[in-house]
Amino acid sequence: MSHAVHDPIYQEIVDLTGQDPALCYQCGKCSAGCPIREYEDSAPNRIIRYVQLGFYDKALTSSTIWLCASCMTCSTRCPQEYELPRLMDALREIAIKKNIKPAEEKVYKFHKAFLKQIKNNGRAFEFGLVRDYKLSTFDLMQDVEAAPGMFLKGKISLMPHKIKDRNSVKKIFKKSEGDEQ
Amino acid sequence: MKIGVFICYCGENIGRTVDCAAVAKAAAKFPGVVHSEDYKYMCSDPGQNLIKQAIREKGLDAVVVGSCSPHMHEKTFRKACQSAGVNPYLVEIANLREHCSWIHDDIPSGTRKSIDLIRIAVEKVRRNAPLVPIQVPVTKRALVIGGGISGIQAALDIANSGFEVVLVEKEPSIGGHMSQLSETFPTLDCSQCILTPRMVEVYQHPKIKLMSYSEVQSLEGFIGNFKVTIRKKARYVKDEVCTGCGLCVQKCPIKKLAYSEFEEGLATRPAVYVPFPQAVPNIPVIDKNVCTYFKSGKCQMCKKVCGREAIDFEQQDQLIQEEVGAIIVATGYKLYSIGKQEEGSPYKGYGEYGYGQYKDVINGLQFERIASASGPTSGEILRPSDNKEPKKIVFIQCVGSRDESKGFSYCSKICCMYTAKHAMLYKHKVHDGEAYVFYMDIRAGGKMYEEFVRRAIEEDGVKYIRGRVSRIFKDGDKYKVKGEDTISGMPVEIDADMVVLATAMIAQQEAPKLAQTLGIPYDKHGFLVEVHPKLRPVETSTGGIFLAGACHSPRDIPESVSMASAAAAKALVLFGSDMLEREPIIAKVNDSTCAGCFYCQKVCAYSAIERKEIRDRKGNLIKTVAYVNSGLCQGCGTCNATCPSKSVELIGFTDEQIFAEIKAFSMN
Amino acid sequence: MNFGYYPGCSLSGTGREFDKSLKEVLKVLDVKLDEVKDWSCCGASSAHVTSHFLSVALPARNLILAKEQNLENVVAPCAACYNRLLGAQEEMNSNPILKEKVESAIEKKYTNHLNILNLVDLFNNIGLDKVKEKVKHPLKNINAACYYGCLLVRPSSLTKFDDAEQPEEMEKIITTLGGKAVEWNYKVECCGAAHSIAHTEIVKNLSKKILDDAIKNNADVIVVACPMCHSNLDMRQKNIVKENKDFKEIPVLYLTELMGLAFGIDEKKLGLDLHFIDAMKLSKKLEEAAV
Repeated sequence: MSHAVHDPIYQEIVDLTGQDPALCYQCGKCSAGCPIREYEDSAPNRIIRYVQLGFYDKALTSSTIWLCASCMTCSTRCPQEYELPRLMDALREIAIKKNIKPAEEKVYKFHKAFLKQIKNNGRAFEFGLVRDYKLSTFDLMQDVEAAPGMFLKGKISLMPHKIKDRNSVKKIFKKSEGDEQ
Repeated sequence: MKIGVFICYCGENIGRTVDCAAVAKAAAKFPGVVHSEDYKYMCSDPGQNLIKQAIREKGLDAVVVGSCSPHMHEKTFRKACQSAGVNPYLVEIANLREHCSWIHDDIPSGTRKSIDLIRIAVEKVRRNAPLVPIQVPVTKRALVIGGGISGIQAALDIANSGFEVVLVEKEPSIGGHMSQLSETFPTLDCSQCILTPRMVEVYQHPKIKLMSYSEVQSLEGFIGNFKVTIRKKARYVKDEVCTGCGLCVQKCPIKKLAYSEFEEGLATRPAVYVPFPQAVPNIPVIDKNVCTYFKSGKCQMCKKVCGREAIDFEQQDQLIQEEVGAIIVATGYKLYSIGKQEEGSPYKGYGEYGYGQYKDVINGLQFERIASASGPTSGEILRPSDNKEPKKIVFIQCVGSRDESKGFSYCSKICCMYTAKHAMLYKHKVHDGEAYVFYMDIRAGGKMYEEFVRRAIEEDGVKYIRGRVSRIFKDGDKYKVKGEDTISGMPVEIDADMVVLATAMIAQQEAPKLAQTLGIPYDKHGFLVEVHPKLRPVETSTGGIFLAGACHSPRDIPESVSMASAAAAKALVLFGSDMLEREPIIAKVNDSTCAGCFYCQKVCAYSAIERKEIRDRKGNLIKTVAYVNSGLCQGCGTCNATCPSKSVELIGFTDEQIFAEIKAFSMN
Repeated sequence: MNFGYYPGCSLSGTGREFDKSLKEVLKVLDVKLDEVKDWSCCGASSAHVTSHFLSVALPARNLILAKEQNLENVVAPCAACYNRLLGAQEEMNSNPILKEKVESAIEKKYTNHLNILNLVDLFNNIGLDKVKEKVKHPLKNINAACYYGCLLVRPSSLTKFDDAEQPEEMEKIITTLGGKAVEWNYKVECCGAAHSIAHTEIVKNLSKKILDDAIKNNADVIVVACPMCHSNLDMRQKNIVKENKDFKEIPVLYLTELMGLAFGIDEKKLGLDLHFIDAMKLSKKLEEAAV
């Protein structure tokens, strides 16, 4: 890990992912099989390339890191057994920490809304999630046709299922947030 | 004993961190030392002359040289001393370079350690005895294992030098993979056209004994004196009477049950068959697994039609002994299978490319057969599923190669070239067709190789896309190939009619077993290993056994042929003398103390320990003791270390000598 | 037979019919579930997006609870939960620094080792011969496209479940139930997963590719074992129909629902009425075949 010695971001990536990005020899099989390739601004193999060469800004501001669905098709087929979704995770984590505006704000807001429900209730609460998400994105009209069906079929409840020991979950969040500061 | 010590500076190599003059001065005081001096380059002519002169003037009978590793110049100094009348085994080398100056960086410690090393060598040489090299006779006859192009070349080279060759081939015919190829890069000459004359030459050569459909079963002996047992598999056709008329093949009612190995499964063959028309020898084999007679006891059509009564259903495997002095292993390679791999197999196969379930996704050798004029489509490019001409064809390189996850870490080396050739051949035959090559790097190192690839791109319009394919989807009668061009950063999807996978060249499955039989090393992939990657690339660590062709590593025809000729030359070097000289550094058993436990026999890696019966004068057996075969012993010393009763000594490295060395060091 | 049970959030919400049908089927198979008491969310596809620690600590809490309850194994029918629990277990076992950090947050000690089972593992553990015994209405005439999605089979080094590219375990169950599994291309392709809300377009397009291939290969039904895949493939068909007049709807059933039908369980008890795409007609097809 020659880079790591001199480069704190590289080292952080190695620590977070448990692998050295130097493993990648840029065959592009990850990009070739990426189900959301057409929506990304940079091909996934290029994200690793940016990291290999220290072009972190390119990687941290790309939409790819936010659009990655962690389907793990890439890592399953990677000839070098490099786990690219973990690099995407690490880059998002670093971008959040560095207050870099996510190229895909909607995605970030969705995950934030989702995690807020877990933090408050201990479990995901779909109604609350959608409500919070819509309020944060003003994307009010989306899926309005699906929603009534969901309520009628009893699939979305209006009240959250709360766990008893919510405190323990809050502590987990507190620890993780403490880290981010 | 009068000992002379000579300290070499090796220019700055030793001189930089060792005060050579001080070492020489210290050595002069060691017991037995009557002469000590230092010189800039002891290995140079003037340096050697200094040693010779001192031997003559001071009447030295032993010499210690403090210089580089004995791997480098031990021979030089031994020869110099011998020419001045000192027995070469009374010359010891103290390694002041690799073991001292190169790994220390200050003069005081380098000098101190050098003095120690010289003291140790002096104490050893004081106990050395003059030794004489062992002489062993040479059987001037070679065994070549494998009848592909490498084996053919090696056999012809040796035979043309006037020595006999036994050529063993496990398949019914010689020719190997080269006989399956269509045209060869970079000249595009027809593979069979250049190969078959060589095959015939082998068959007609008075000095070559061809044993096809045979395998090496076991090996005994040592360099110059091997005894090989060869299993001649039952063909059920008597080769001494068969004329190769082919009537049995024509009349065999089993036509479609057996996939032709030669056609890589793209065609069928009868139960009694000759792999291909130019096969050598042109004698059929009955495939017991599909033959109706062997399965149900009925039929015998072949027997009925054979006018020479050559069919013999009762034939058994035969074991044949041959004595040879040298062995050339040329067992070749096989291709990584594109099918689903079995459990326990080290490689996983490519589910994303369909695990070989898609009929029109084929491997490189299958494409060779399709492109070959003698192949199942008579050279027309037609896809296997419906015999239609593919208008869009995709070639995928590095399938199994350079893939730690599903295959092998290494590059198969030849695929870049044969894929360019395939694409070119396709474009020459299907003018309106489109050919795409997915590659990672183009490795075209070789005479006219790069130019060949450029020709495919520039003249024949083959489209090269840099990236690995992720997945092949079957879509109706098309194959959707999903890739990414990493140069433009654009996803690529091609609706192909046919896909050719350049699968890795891998070691023959039986290679490790053969290596164990022969006592030669193999690597983790099953490729056979040379003794030195640069300076001894065709020799194995077992004397008299040499390597040729792709059994060593992936390589193309020109390289295989060169390597085969090199291996033949090595065998011929051996045949150049009537007697072989071997180092006398071997183990010796003390009969009177040996208890006959034979632990030594169990640990000996060279099978050099034999049993010897000790009898009294009347011929009564007193005991059985271990006995060292001086031809086989490599002087490794394992028996010496293992023997519970300390009855084995290594000549030249006796316990007494080793203890003296240790003591000399502790005297410091 | 007893198994620990980690339902996960979806099974009490959008994937309610998964929970219902699972329990119905297990009743027939005489299998009891011990729910992990006071379980919390595994963090699903969101925790790992923002924090590796969170993605391990959230599921780890449940692993610890299960252990406290003396459970030896835990069935996580939701593929995402299954994957996250396994991933956390792997990290807790191999990364002592992270383990310590998680333990200090949860204020409990983690001890290895819990056997985490996915839905297919569960039935394989029960035994397919036992499943076969309970089949009353074999799935004759039913061509099923088994959809594994991502999280059952990937990463294969973690799940060690079936073949990552050409899995066959679900197909074996379909055959056991008397149905026919179709050969198709998209059984391990991603449906877009958690982008369902933030990028509905992506999910719709990816789901369409999957649905198209299943339909092209003559499937009557897509069988899933993941509530996220289910809601994407089921719910998004309505939008797809709107934009593609020729698109023919295809019901998407949980493996347990189909098994329930084969066991002769009432379709409403299985939650077949809770789908967006009419799943009831499938049971009719089955009845017709039986006649």
